Amino acid sequence: MVDEKLKIELGKQGILATTIQELYNWGRRSSIWPMNFGLACCAIEMIATTMARYDMARFGAEVFRPSPRQADLLIISGTVTKKMAPQVVRLYNQMPEPRYVIAMGACAISGGPFKQGYNVLKGIDRYIPVDIHIPGCPPRPEALLSAFIELQKKIDAQPLTGEGRPRFLDAEAQGEFPVPEPGEHDLEPASNKGVWPVPVVIR
Amino acid sequence: MMTVEEIKTAIDAAIPDAGVVIVPNPSPSGQHSLRLDPRHAIKVAKFLRGDAELALDFLSNATGVDWPDREVAEKVKVTRPVTKTVDGVEQTAEETVEETRKRVEPGCLEVVYHLFSVEKKHGPVVLRMRTVNRTDQVELPSLTPIWRSAEFQEREIFDLFGVVFTGHPDLRRILMWEGFKDHPMRRDYVDPDDFDYEPTAHDAVLVRAQEHRAAAAAEEGTGAAQ
Repeated sequence: MVDEKLKIELGKQGILATTIQELYNWGRRSSIWPMNFGLACCAIEMIATTMARYDMARFGAEVFRPSPRQADLLIISGTVTKKMAPQVVRLYNQMPEPRYVIAMGACAISGGPFKQGYNVLKGIDRYIPVDIHIPGCPPRPEALLSAFIELQKKIDAQPLTGEGRPRFLDAEAQGEFPVPEPGEHDLEPASNKGVWPVPVVIR
Repeated sequence: MMTVEEIKTAIDAAIPDAGVVIVPNPSPSGQHSLRLDPRHAIKVAKFLRGDAELALDFLSNATGVDWPDREVAEKVKVTRPVTKTVDGVEQTAEETVEETRKRVEPGCLEVVYHLFSVEKKHGPVVLRMRTVNRTDQVELPSLTPIWRSAEFQEREIFDLFGVVFTGHPDLRRILMWEGFKDHPMRRDYVDPDDFDYEPTAHDAVLVRAQEHRAAAAAEEGTGAAQ
């Protein structure tokens, strides 16, 4: 690794010193294309975030792709019903790597006010890995921007080799996530234990 | 706007055996409703829509109500002969005793329709219909042929309450998926035991979560014993 101070000095002389990892992560984090996909009222805030007042384009996320094949980021913006959950997992499976998930709002992270309902999933992280959770009902556009910046920091810090490298650089990592089947009363299975080991609550 | 009594009189005049009952609403709104006999509901509905004075051309809302079986305890005075021994002589006398009797009042499913008239700018007129019971005789005539806007709402009632509408053009589940069992808006619906992770449980959820934890612990115990 190049020393930071040396790098700045070299920069003053017109010499750019960098690493492949830095360049690669800079490219990835600066052009995250979210999927054009909204689920409930949080989607309205997501739309507001992309518009002129909040302007998500400043962070390189101006292109909302209407196809999962061209998207890097899935924003789960709203309540995930049990009827919709298999479709959400299917969409996630269709996205190419590298792909990221932001669970936006109380419903997406836990079921929110509808948690005890007969038809609402208690958080999308039961089926697919979530990178950033944003609380709020709905979260403000600033909160979504903050989550987006956090995601960029996370991408920036990802090493390309060794432990902690992203899933798409790990040949053994699982890329496809099982789609739950609608059962008689609930989705089967009720959660993917590989993605979501039941958290231990300390009482 | 005619009062419910006037509407009932008009219906009875047009359809002699309609069997419409007024269901009073004791609240300040006083929005009384008319309970129809399901056998004549189609005829009554056609009358309400077609009558020149009522012209109820718009069905704004259809909803369901679940009335579960309920146990009624009532005190009944019972007279029975009692044999007493007074001064060594056996006497039979009548005695009145108060007894508490319990009986189960059978439940039913109810459908409520709210009608308005766009033409006459009045409404609502509230119609009700009841099924015979909650288990096997749950058919009611569909009012979709008369008011088209009932179609999706009757599907929703079918989905969530389990009322089967005869004469409905496309009676399928609308909110829950195909293959779902039971009807979630019924009072006795028990949702699946998915209480693995309840970090902030309280009230009814806390009870369910504790039951789930106890069952899980018991299962683990038997598993360890084997």
